Amino acid sequence: MAFAGRIALVLALVVALYGIAAALYGARRGRRDWVDSARRSVYCLAAVLTVAMVILEVAFIRNDFAYNTVANTSSTTTPLLYRAAAMWSSQEGSLLLWVWLLSIWSSVATFITRNRLRDIVPYATSVLLGFGAFFTTLLVFFDSPFAQTHPAPVEGAGLDPLLRNPSMLIHPPMLYSGYTFFTIPFAFAVGALIVRRVDADWIRVTRRFALASWLFLGIGVLLGARWSYYELGWGGYWGWDPVENAALMPWLISTAFLHSVMIQEKRGMLKIWNASLVLAASTLAIVGTFLVRSGVLNSIHAFGASTLGIPFVTLIAVMVAGSVYLVVSRREVLRSEHTLDSLFSREAAFLLNNVVLVALCFVIFWGTFFPLISKAATGTSQLVGVTWFDRYTVPLALILVLLSGIGPVIAWRRATLANARRNFLLPLAAAALMAIAAYTVVPIGSSIGAVVLFCGAVFVFASVGQEFWRGWRARRAMSSESPPVALYSMVRRNRRRYGGYIVHVGIAVLFIGVAASSTFQHEQQLSLRVGQSVRVGAYTMKYVGATGSVVNDPNHTGATMTLGAVLRVTRGGHYVTTLRPSAGYYPAAQILPGQVVAGLISGDAVDQVGLQSSWRRDLWAAIKPLGTTLPALGAPLPEAGLVAQADALVPTTDSTVKQLGLAYYVLLPAIVRHYVNFPPPASFTLIASPLVMWIWIGGLIVLLGGLTAIWPSPAALRSRVRARYLARVAQELGRA
Amino acid sequence: MSALIAALLIAALVAFVVWLLSGPFRARAPVAAPADSDERRALESAKEAKYAEIRDNETDFRTGKLSDEDFRALNRQLRAEAVEILRAIDELDSQTSVPTD
Repeated sequence: MAFAGRIALVLALVVALYGIAAALYGARRGRRDWVDSARRSVYCLAAVLTVAMVILEVAFIRNDFAYNTVANTSSTTTPLLYRAAAMWSSQEGSLLLWVWLLSIWSSVATFITRNRLRDIVPYATSVLLGFGAFFTTLLVFFDSPFAQTHPAPVEGAGLDPLLRNPSMLIHPPMLYSGYTFFTIPFAFAVGALIVRRVDADWIRVTRRFALASWLFLGIGVLLGARWSYYELGWGGYWGWDPVENAALMPWLISTAFLHSVMIQEKRGMLKIWNASLVLAASTLAIVGTFLVRSGVLNSIHAFGASTLGIPFVTLIAVMVAGSVYLVVSRREVLRSEHTLDSLFSREAAFLLNNVVLVALCFVIFWGTFFPLISKAATGTSQLVGVTWFDRYTVPLALILVLLSGIGPVIAWRRATLANARRNFLLPLAAAALMAIAAYTVVPIGSSIGAVVLFCGAVFVFASVGQEFWRGWRARRAMSSESPPVALYSMVRRNRRRYGGYIVHVGIAVLFIGVAASSTFQHEQQLSLRVGQSVRVGAYTMKYVGATGSVVNDPNHTGATMTLGAVLRVTRGGHYVTTLRPSAGYYPAAQILPGQVVAGLISGDAVDQVGLQSSWRRDLWAAIKPLGTTLPALGAPLPEAGLVAQADALVPTTDSTVKQLGLAYYVLLPAIVRHYVNFPPPASFTLIASPLVMWIWIGGLIVLLGGLTAIWPSPAALRSRVRARYLARVAQELGRA
Repeated sequence: MSALIAALLIAALVAFVVWLLSGPFRARAPVAAPADSDERRALESAKEAKYAEIRDNETDFRTGKLSDEDFRALNRQLRAEAVEILRAIDELDSQTSVPTD
């Protein structure tokens, strides 16, 4: 079946190349049949790549170690769910996932636009297939997921223990969906610029796909933050890791686009700016894809250096050069139809929002690539740390929160002082009350940054709440609907507006969670013996006892041995909760003769945090059982002395199966029992952090808002509205 | 057995691709897109966008972001722009309609 997979990839490449040629030929000659054939080649690409995906997935699930990628990233001891996800832990598997998702979303886009934008679609189709051809070329000629070794090894290396988390099932597909979705507005932007047509129809199509990209990528970024919080054992959710930053940058640029495109729709302004934003967002998405696999920057995502640097850099260079050429050569078409009426208007607020978002993206870009920039300039690679990023991003984020509250309550074109007084009074009053509360009731006054952010968030809540209230009241005045129906109708008839307001609320909630958890977190890193306790903020955490298991990993990650702790948490003498952090120990890549027991547990050790979340605060604990390093082993092992003694008991003349059986069912359980009954000191990281849950809640609210905004309006409603306005405009025509 | 399945799968894939993509080679006469359909769609989209702008303007007025005077002035302007779009659509329709005697 590997041969069938290879043929499928070659066929995919042929289909992509054919589609490009057919699309361009059809466009140049006005031949609809060729353009349709090109569109069908996108569907074919999706079908063929789906077959390739299925073949590879089946190989993972069946533990077919003849496939090199299966042998390198999976094993018989890897749980089934993680075997299914292991495909995209490898470079070749992740590239296949990328191009498969590209083909699926491209199929959706070309189907939706099959009867629209007829002059633009052929060029857009050729661009999308161009991306498809690029990635399938990499898979066919550089890094095939169907490469095999014969005879097949009996066991694989197993999935990296760090990746054995449920998020592995969804975070990469979501992130890649975001990246691949960005190619669609890019393709349509290129097509529109080629044919010199950037009208309302193009905006409507491009905006929807840009919103979808924004949604998927945002979910992917948030899932990654959540995974980091639960898995990496450092208690944080965002460390300005280069790969995290690479996903955030296109998201910021597309956020800017989703705002400024409204100005183009309404006023015919900012066409060059919007075209540039769309092109830049997709280019940054490709940069992000490259950084995930390349290893050019130090990252938690650097699972191995890539051999694909030159092709990716070439693609990025072509995208940048092509984008610049198109925007410059089409600047006449992109000329603004109007100018800004007033600096005190929604247009001006959106402009400022765009400037801040682009500035934020630039700061993150500079900090992320500074190691490469400094190496090129000085010969020495220098890192910038979290403090540097926070110094420049926090003030910009504060401005963004404020603008999130200003935008909804200010009018298009020109706002007057009287209206400003009417619209800003309540939100400002609410923010002022929050400022007072910050120094009296809510104990956040020690951090001016947190106070400003909390006040800004309350300002957002009040301004959006005011908008909902007034809109609902106006709806009720116009109709005989009941209060809940009026609210529903109001949102349904203006999904973009109210969906956007909900997103603003979600962002403000998310920032509250970030500000509170990062500013008012209490952390202790120390070594504890059983019976000892430590104060973490207002809580007391006591190390009550040790836990351990062999083979039956309580976290279902396939760890050979798990050692943990029971921590009893109290506050003011009252019981709060029990935390059970643990550390999983996995087999080494190679088990040496005479070191069977050590080999089974001396691979990666991964933290499984103990966590109790509530809407007020999170209590978080991670454990590292202390150990010593045995000769010939790289990392310290707990109970190292016992491990050495156990290894001496394993007869090296016995068969491998017998040796492993003795190790798994006799010696390791004995070591674990000793650890539990006579626990040595362990190193703990203990954290009490307020309002962390609001980060995830804010993310869900953003998702709800985005879905509301992207949901299509019912056709019947559209035609009723259209008919009513047609009649009104016709009446005016009659009077004129 | 596995080789047979692989061969059948490859054959099916190739047949599917050829069938789906061979339209231009099988069609009797090339079908050109109606030249004005894109123009009409563009005008329809512009009309929808203008109506959305009119609705937004009304919502802004009802939620207190615009004074009565500003609302009326902007409403007049937007409706005039909508009228121009409708005129362009009518003109396009009259150019493409079949004359009857």
